[in-house]
Amino acid sequence: MRPFSFQRATDPDMALQALSAAAAANDPLTQATAQPLAGGTTLIDLMKLDVMRPAAILDINPLALSWSAIEPGAETLRLGALAKMSDVAAHDEIQRNYPVIANSLKLAASAQLRNMATLGGNVMQRTRCSYFRDVSYENCNKRNPGSGCAAMDGVNRMHAVLGTSDQCIATYPGDFAQALIALDATVEVTGKSGTRSMPFAELHKAPGNTPEIETTLQPGELISAFLISGRWPRSVYLKARDRQSYEFALSSAAVALDVQDGTIRDARVALGGVATVPWRAREAEAQLKGQKFDDGLAQRAADAAFADARGRRHNSFKIALGKRVVVRALQQAVTMEI
Amino acid sequence: MTAAAPEPKANMGQPVPRYDAVAKVTGRATYGADMPLDNPAYAFLVTSAIAKGRINSFDLDDAKRVRGVIDIVTHENAPKLKESKLFSNGGYAGTTIQPLKSAEIAHDGQIIAVVIAESYEAAREAANRVKVSYSAATPSASFDSPGTTKAAAKGQNAQFKEDPKVGDFAKAFDEAEVKVEASYETPTQHHNPMELFSTSCAWMGDTLVIYEPSQYVYGLKNGVAEQLGIDADKVRVVNPYVGGGFGSRGSMTPRTAIIAGIAKRLNRPIKLVPTRDQGFTIATYRAETRHEIKLGASRDGKLVALRHEGAEMSSRADPYCVGGTKTTTRLYACSNVDSLVSIVRADRNTPGFMRSPPEVPYLFALESAMDELAVKLNMDPVELRRVNDTTNEPIGGKPYTSRSLMACFDEAAKAFGWAQRSVAPRSMSDGDWLIGYGCAATCYPTQMAPSAARVRLQRDGRTRVEIAGHEIGTGAYTVIAQTASERLGVPLEKVSVFMGDSDLPPAPVAGGSNSTASTCSAVMMVCDQIRQRLFKAVMPNESLTDKAKETVGIGQTPANQAARSDRPLDLEKAFDALGVGVVEEYGEWKPEGAPLDSFKAMHSGHARLVGGSAMKDKIAYAFGAEFVEVRVNRFTHEIRCPRLVGAFAAGRIMNPRTARSQLMGGLIWGMSSALLEATEIDQRTARYVNDNLADYLVPVNADVPDVEVILLSEQDDHINPVGAKGLGELANVGTNAAICNAVFHATGQRIRRLPVRLENIEV
Repeated sequence: MRPFSFQRATDPDMALQALSAAAAANDPLTQATAQPLAGGTTLIDLMKLDVMRPAAILDINPLALSWSAIEPGAETLRLGALAKMSDVAAHDEIQRNYPVIANSLKLAASAQLRNMATLGGNVMQRTRCSYFRDVSYENCNKRNPGSGCAAMDGVNRMHAVLGTSDQCIATYPGDFAQALIALDATVEVTGKSGTRSMPFAELHKAPGNTPEIETTLQPGELISAFLISGRWPRSVYLKARDRQSYEFALSSAAVALDVQDGTIRDARVALGGVATVPWRAREAEAQLKGQKFDDGLAQRAADAAFADARGRRHNSFKIALGKRVVVRALQQAVTMEI
Repeated sequence: MTAAAPEPKANMGQPVPRYDAVAKVTGRATYGADMPLDNPAYAFLVTSAIAKGRINSFDLDDAKRVRGVIDIVTHENAPKLKESKLFSNGGYAGTTIQPLKSAEIAHDGQIIAVVIAESYEAAREAANRVKVSYSAATPSASFDSPGTTKAAAKGQNAQFKEDPKVGDFAKAFDEAEVKVEASYETPTQHHNPMELFSTSCAWMGDTLVIYEPSQYVYGLKNGVAEQLGIDADKVRVVNPYVGGGFGSRGSMTPRTAIIAGIAKRLNRPIKLVPTRDQGFTIATYRAETRHEIKLGASRDGKLVALRHEGAEMSSRADPYCVGGTKTTTRLYACSNVDSLVSIVRADRNTPGFMRSPPEVPYLFALESAMDELAVKLNMDPVELRRVNDTTNEPIGGKPYTSRSLMACFDEAAKAFGWAQRSVAPRSMSDGDWLIGYGCAATCYPTQMAPSAARVRLQRDGRTRVEIAGHEIGTGAYTVIAQTASERLGVPLEKVSVFMGDSDLPPAPVAGGSNSTASTCSAVMMVCDQIRQRLFKAVMPNESLTDKAKETVGIGQTPANQAARSDRPLDLEKAFDALGVGVVEEYGEWKPEGAPLDSFKAMHSGHARLVGGSAMKDKIAYAFGAEFVEVRVNRFTHEIRCPRLVGAFAAGRIMNPRTARSQLMGGLIWGMSSALLEATEIDQRTARYVNDNLADYLVPVNADVPDVEVILLSEQDDHINPVGAKGLGELANVGTNAAICNAVFHATGQRIRRLPVRLENIEV
């Protein structure tokens, strides 16, 4: 960890001013000299590891006054970006109408972390790639653009099989983002010049040739809210992992279905633990829509979801695992009583 | 009585609460890095990013510019230190790879520089700014890497004396009716004790005080003195509490003498708190092992042939090995036995003791193979153990001093509900989960070592016990206090115990589960010396036969005094007769069969452990049986262990509360070692990849919903005066095999390589 200045934001305007003042347009956001601090569960960790070296920390927790509401409206669910994971997971209406959101939050991290971590920070959490998190490895394209990728032929059991590039196979580690992308969420972003909205699916960027650029947020912008249209009571988050709690997914599936008279009218499938970014499996959804559900259909959807997957030495198992997780999540969603 | 404080059975002490419980839960217990120092400087380590090669140069400019930096020590300006031999070859060191001696790099994460600064933060920042230019060579990482060497352990490691064999294995195996041949593998594992590998050094003139978590203060004191070239009496090691050891603090690591040398040069106390990941490479670990097992049996299950070949990783520099064949060749009756242990060398740091060093990997292989044999024989695995149970070990024919293996199996089987098992694999399930039951034997050698103690008794009954033993979380303070209280007949709350200080009378390394037997035997002996003095004072004409000592009354509980003595001794009267206010005795105890140089070695920090299979005319082990329920998800193949039951017999149980806690922790670790724990090595660079507690998984509460420990009553009068067998390392043995046996029962699939992960399951 290196010395930094610490400032507490008093209101959104002050926060956005402070962040944009420090922002240099050409830097990747993750290397900006000023970083916002919410729950701190990623940022402080990476600062201790010397992976992130901000010169200034802006504590945005006071913004919770205006940015942490949980508002389940008739048409739209609005979640403030500074709402705590534990508060959202425990909310009655979220549990009833959006079980995929409640469970994606409940199955993440530990109780202590969920009490600290915010929704906005959660979706922005960075990869757990061991080589990325250890600065003694020179070759990390995400940390040192152009230096190579130590994980590609290293210990890569936890790494991604979807959305990878020749430059980076680091897994997007979160759970909640899978629920958001499955439900076609909108993310509301606030910057100095105002508020803009975009599909959540456009927030994260696959590594491609620039793995150091992880999101489309612009310097000085903060996520202020997430919006979800409609209700999804028939939804499931299934997570496979090495231990029973407090561990990242080896493979997870966020599934939401609209089933009428045995026919799937709408299907949403997103995958976690297997991809470089929150991953919407539209090919799987296409298989499901308009069909009567059976196990064969679930299998075809799962196969479609992983059709483009590419395994490396230690993580090829994730392709077969991921398919079984999708099948089981679909079965659970179809049979759940709502 | 509660689950945490089980009702004592015959030959068990009282489940009194921990002596240090309140200090620990209130934060008053001071660990090494908590010790206040006068104006300390702070050290931060820089460790190598390559495993083999040399340092071309350092660029320290950026680091030196950090405000508060005092010095940066590299091989170019490090204090000169003398070498220490490996502990297993008569020295003190856990590794003979001495960092900061030259530009050579022998392993990943080797200490290559020490930054000293006015604050921890400045030292850390400067360490981050040190730039190193290396010439890297291609290292050998592990078993399958090119460039490793392999040779028999016998002859390289003085502690590995023999490859046990008896009869004609080849012929017997050839002719056996039923055979099992299988290979097994265990992974690299790291102790990861909660307390980091801190070291504080403070000089007062020519005297050095070291605050460091150590499982052997006398070993560390003498070892550091040797490296610094000073008299051992000028070094004092202090650590009243150790935040977990598990073997990692049993031998000296290079960091201590380095920090002591720098503190001397700066004439200022220095505090070092290395990071979690540095702990993976500046201390020791459990090396990966490979095993070939051959079992031959008759149709009725009797073993006729057994062969165990083990291979273990070590560093280029040191022939460390655990050599568990001394146990696995003697566990069951079998007249034709063969074994071989080899050491494979690669570019790694030197491995070392880790809780039940030989038994964890070697019993995994044997107890898995026994289960495979039971399946082949279509026999209950419990009955297979019964058929091969023995009162004498097969290699030398020596009798076990006591052996309650089958009693443990029967008790644990009953508590577990083994009889409800549906025998066929894949025949039990619950929803998405396949259910499997498995069991395995555990055992651990009963070991003792010479120990001294000093005890002071005041006329009001207040008692002070001094012994340089170690509280590594096991309950050592508690059982020593209980021993003194029982022996002197004084209330427990009047006993104070002082440990973890090399200025106190020497005690052995807290390793090999010898502490309770050794320290309590010494304390008991010294308490008896006090009784003798008091006895002499009031009855000067009586002869001091053992019988008289027993009947004098002191040292008996009030109930026993009435029953066994017609003349109970009045403490006040005895002190009056003696004409003193305080009686103090010092004594040195050694176990039967201890070598001649035992006491000399005890003072110079060499623990001479005796017991286990190494005794002349007998063999002493503690035994247990473990049963587990495993659940394997049909879809995700996730493996969980919702239930662990273990029954254990270990001679006198000094305190059922602390014993249960030790065994429960052992069972959990055993499960962890089967399902979670593995240090991943990058095969290209020979570097540890998951060197942190986020990626090196250990169980969380949700992983261990139900653990049951059953303590069996056992009396053994042939081991040590206390009658106790060490049990700290008993419960984490065999659990790994029980888990794999249960996975086989759940899935029909035999896993022979740990850890068992979901990708290894093909349901």
